Amino acid sequence: MTIDFAVVGAGPAGMAAAVLAAELGLDTLLVDEQPAPGGQIYRAVERGGDRSPLGDDYLAGRDLVTLFRQSTVTYRPETTLWHIEPDGTLWLADGAGTERVPARRVLLATGAIERPVPIPGWTLPGVMTVGAAQILLKTADTVPEGRAVLAGQGPLLYLAALQLAGAGAPPLTILETTPHRNYHAATGHLGGWWAGRHLLAKGLRLLFGVRRAGIPIRHGVRGLRVLGRDRVEAVAWDGGELAIDHLFLHEGVIPNTQIGMALQLGHRWDEAQLCWRPILDEWGRTSIPDIAIAGDGGGIFGAEAAALSGRLAALDAAAALGRITDAERDRRATPIRTGLARECALRPFLDTLYRPAVSVLVPPDDDTIACRCEEVTVGRIRAAVRLGAPGPNQLKAFTRCGMGPCQGRICGPIVSAVIAAERGVPIAEIGAYRPRAPYKPITVGAVAGLPALTSAQEIAHTAGGA
Amino acid sequence: MFRPRPDSSRATVSVEVEGRVVRVPEGASAAAAVLIAGLGSIRDTAIGGSARAPYCMMGVCFDCLAEIDGAPNCQSCMVTVTPGMRIRRQRGSRNIAAE
Repeated sequence: MTIDFAVVGAGPAGMAAAVLAAELGLDTLLVDEQPAPGGQIYRAVERGGDRSPLGDDYLAGRDLVTLFRQSTVTYRPETTLWHIEPDGTLWLADGAGTERVPARRVLLATGAIERPVPIPGWTLPGVMTVGAAQILLKTADTVPEGRAVLAGQGPLLYLAALQLAGAGAPPLTILETTPHRNYHAATGHLGGWWAGRHLLAKGLRLLFGVRRAGIPIRHGVRGLRVLGRDRVEAVAWDGGELAIDHLFLHEGVIPNTQIGMALQLGHRWDEAQLCWRPILDEWGRTSIPDIAIAGDGGGIFGAEAAALSGRLAALDAAAALGRITDAERDRRATPIRTGLARECALRPFLDTLYRPAVSVLVPPDDDTIACRCEEVTVGRIRAAVRLGAPGPNQLKAFTRCGMGPCQGRICGPIVSAVIAAERGVPIAEIGAYRPRAPYKPITVGAVAGLPALTSAQEIAHTAGGA
Repeated sequence: MFRPRPDSSRATVSVEVEGRVVRVPEGASAAAAVLIAGLGSIRDTAIGGSARAPYCMMGVCFDCLAEIDGAPNCQSCMVTVTPGMRIRRQRGSRNIAAE
């Protein structure tokens, strides 16, 4: 059976889109890899008690989760999308096996991933992302034991520090890497402060909260590196060193473009957010009009904006499938767009203030590992470029970089930036890895267990899509 | 290395990590169980044999590969613990001949 509207991802964008689409009469399916709705931002929010150290912004996610649970959306948790065809056919895998689900319209709401922070020693046990510390707190009510340091920059760094402090595990210190010149550059982007004042106030509350909690912040940290033999023993920077048990890194988040890139949707390099973004129209439609993208997967604007962009995509799908008229779609979209503008008003300021240092994108030290899976160093990438590897996809043949189990999810941004720097060419011209299905490893047995395709035409079609 | 937060009222589940019984909060992933068990690492890399531990906890990095209930190369951060689950370190690549 063909469903009307398939949503991938149960974060704010996916849930908001699915709820509205179902309300508008679309037969809606939502698939998500996690066991419960919420995405990463509201991960396991249904387990959060009223006195959760994760705070009010986190608990606010319960409202949307409740609406989603009460909706008529067919919800498939713990389900992986491992392939999608350009016509909207989804290939899903779960504990029971794999199956093929055709959909008229698809919304990819796969959110963001943390920007890789390739510093010397970042593969040592004891080094994790700041998001990982949050996920441990959200899903398992668990905190790091011993001396923990948070290093990097961005609002999430301060939020996580406060959450850890509230959970009885305050970090020893915050090592902030924001380059000094960012402060000056960012003030030029404060034009949107009035429209975005609710966000500015939230940010200031975070900063004061960290100060009140007595967590020391060292500003302008450069040359960050991890010391240790079998696990992290210390963190060092230019001019200092600290013995620690845990290091949590964060340099902001970037869109998770894995599926869109595999589909070869149009993407562009965003020089302000320093990441690849899919090219979207005002409804979130991609270069394949029946496949839309909403939320941080289309560009980093935060959870509130994600939910709003999800609703726009749902309205557009309902209009395209004849459930509402275009005029009705446009009328309903107006207040959503007003809200979206408000949520995005402060973004140029934040993007400029927390713009990562060049060394985050292009690690200066040749010995730093870029590809964690295949253990390929930055120096080997540079050597391959000198030997003639022109771009990320050719680099694979030279080094196996990006060919490990993570399929280039982590090293992709590093590889594009290092090649661009080595060749003296803009990243936009270098391009990115072309990921391929299966997006997540599946067993040969799971594929063998698929029901046989019914016609030769169908088989040819599928092969073309892969 | 990790512990339930002091005020946690979360119920716990018993799992086996490298043969040792560990109680972990309900809702935790197998990767979280390894961190709570205090294991120094969860796998040795297939290339250089170096020790790794979970890094991203959200299914991106694949550094948390482990053997779960006998199945090798599981993304342990994506698997929620169930009572009696057996979690072992992934040593290098999977051994196809042994299956």
